[in-house]
Amino acid sequence: MSMQKDIAEISYLDFKGKYKGIFSWIFSTDHKRIALLYLYSILTFFVIGATLGLLMKFELIAPGKTIMDAQTYNAFFTLHGIIMIFAVVIPGLPAVFGNFLLPIMIGAKDVAFPRINLFSWYLYVTGVSLVLISQFAGQGPPDTGWTFYAPYSFRTSGTMLPAVFGAFVLGFSSILTGLNFLVTIHRMRAPGMTWLKMPLFPWTLYATGWVQLLATPIIGITLLMIVAERTLHIGFFDPTLGGDPLLYQHLFWTYSHPAVYIMILPAMGAISEIITTFSHKTIFGYRFMVASVLAIAFVGYFVWGHHMFTSGMSGTALYTFSLLTFLVAIPSAIKVFNWISTMHQGSIDLQTPFYWAMAFIFVFMVGGFSGLILGSLAANVHLHNTHFVVAHFHFIVFGGTGFAFFGAMHYWFPKITGKMYDTRWANIGLVLFFIGFITLYGPMFYLGFKGMPRRYYDYDEVFHAGNIISTMGSWVLYSGLAIIIINLFASLRSGTIAPSDPWGGKTLEWTIPSPPPVENFEEIPIITKGPYDYK
Amino acid sequence: MSMTTETHRDDLASKTGMWLFLFTEMLLFGGLFVVYSVYRYRNSLAFHLAAHELNVFIGTVNTIILLISSSTIAMSITAIQKQNKKLALLLLGVTISLGLAFLVNKYFEWGEHIKEHIYPGSPVLALRGQGDVLFYGLYFFMTGLHALHIIIGLVFMGIVTAKVSRNKISHDNYVLLENSGLYWHLVDLIWIFLFPLFYLIT
Repeated sequence: MSMQKDIAEISYLDFKGKYKGIFSWIFSTDHKRIALLYLYSILTFFVIGATLGLLMKFELIAPGKTIMDAQTYNAFFTLHGIIMIFAVVIPGLPAVFGNFLLPIMIGAKDVAFPRINLFSWYLYVTGVSLVLISQFAGQGPPDTGWTFYAPYSFRTSGTMLPAVFGAFVLGFSSILTGLNFLVTIHRMRAPGMTWLKMPLFPWTLYATGWVQLLATPIIGITLLMIVAERTLHIGFFDPTLGGDPLLYQHLFWTYSHPAVYIMILPAMGAISEIITTFSHKTIFGYRFMVASVLAIAFVGYFVWGHHMFTSGMSGTALYTFSLLTFLVAIPSAIKVFNWISTMHQGSIDLQTPFYWAMAFIFVFMVGGFSGLILGSLAANVHLHNTHFVVAHFHFIVFGGTGFAFFGAMHYWFPKITGKMYDTRWANIGLVLFFIGFITLYGPMFYLGFKGMPRRYYDYDEVFHAGNIISTMGSWVLYSGLAIIIINLFASLRSGTIAPSDPWGGKTLEWTIPSPPPVENFEEIPIITKGPYDYK
Repeated sequence: MSMTTETHRDDLASKTGMWLFLFTEMLLFGGLFVVYSVYRYRNSLAFHLAAHELNVFIGTVNTIILLISSSTIAMSITAIQKQNKKLALLLLGVTISLGLAFLVNKYFEWGEHIKEHIYPGSPVLALRGQGDVLFYGLYFFMTGLHALHIIIGLVFMGIVTAKVSRNKISHDNYVLLENSGLYWHLVDLIWIFLFPLFYLIT
């Protein structure tokens, strides 16, 4: 009995299991350790991807060749896209914060399948390694963009196979994470935690799990078809053999649009948690929040065509996809209204995570509104494949998911590490990050509107001014990022000890010590109240 | 609800997980069915003629083989529930043999096509026109992917058989056998769609 009590009290960071040293991490099936494995790998690839972006922006500081030629630039935006999409933002919030917090927030000791959880991390590492191998093996790195559009993806001399197969493996890893979360939520909620007593972050992970499960296989089979096309010349998407490249685009976006919701839904969940906690007030319209999450996940399946407005579709299809695209804006807007209403008459505690949440709402709205411009048919014809799309996309994916990721990082950092961070440096980092972000991507709206196409290393002189501003923004953004990351790492060493509930949060993770013990709860809690009980 | 991570076992969770995984498998093939429908619509005459060249007899035999194997694995689960280990092992053995028989038939079927220079990328096939290229491309890719699933299923059943014989799977702990059964039924089900699509609808 005393042995068991020790395990219940010792923190997951200090726990000595079967394995020593690094093996106690890479062989651990503890969801918290797996979350940190994901965190460190994702952070590494994020820094690699961001550095590629920085170099690309430097290339664009002046027309003509600055530091790289056309082919290198093509390889850079391809690798930047593959890494950032498949290895950073898709797994980002679910694999790191979902893994760490989902079991705790629903009052469980682990996920339903701990070993599959660890396996999914191995798949993740394998997938990214394959993508990286493609950079150095064969006749040169892939240069198709992250979308692998047919027929170029099986005509180019670049090393496509490892990259495409790597993306396939990453998809499989994502499926297993989603599957694990779905079963965990269905089977392992603490007694008394009915569906509508579940906090919003688990709710968003639940919706995300379904999207991961039901959309990812489509990209899986599509990527396999590209592999078969390159190796066996089957003719699926090759017009010379009777195939249809447009069909590839349909299949690709059938997954890749819902994938945007894999990225943004958990981000919305994390933001909901942060705003409630720092407003010290129950979330406004809990049921509407849940319904809007499910609505976004559902409608998100039926809007993929808006990536293909200029590719050639029937008029009926165009109108339908455009209308459905506008429909998605409604549940997203409900969330924004509810976040603002939550703050109304709350007693707001202005802390770093709350600032991140505010910044998130701002950039998410800019991204969302520019999405509506792109979703309208006439404007789309003008803006398609310009920098406007790049700006919109980065406002949503980097601005949305990225800001929420760092917000979540600063919100749950005390819980995960048991240390508080230096608030002053965290805020300085955030301000630089935000200013840099707006300066980097803001001008792209203008440049795109004026007609600057994306994915070229060169541009006409008339676009020069906007590009200089944008490139300077990338430097500010990168410095902000460096300060944020250095500050968090420095706080790991020198931060003060975190109490179990530094922010006054009400969800279950704040009821256990920081960092959490190995088995999370000494005794599984019995839930009698809603998740945000601030009365 | 007192449980430790080591002893915790939830068979319903395992089965739920398996069902969810089967959804993803269905969608994997679903993508291919979409591609098949599009190209069948566009090349209906070529698909019609090419389908006549497939060996309906072997296809039918393989369908019957898979249907019987699905029932034998289901019976082996009942045998385990009734604590009849010997019968369970026998039925698993029959299932594995039937799966292997399916692959042997497939081997001869494919061999016949390849002997006639009909395979993806073959110049002879290319001369016959785009509809034929697509029909056989889809035929080899879809039945190939299905055969890969048969092989994965056989590996699962090999593991399960070993576990049954070492009493790791028994009447009160047989969820792994059930999940392998579910997987095998899925492989069977996909064939039930592939068979008419390629052999029967002409």
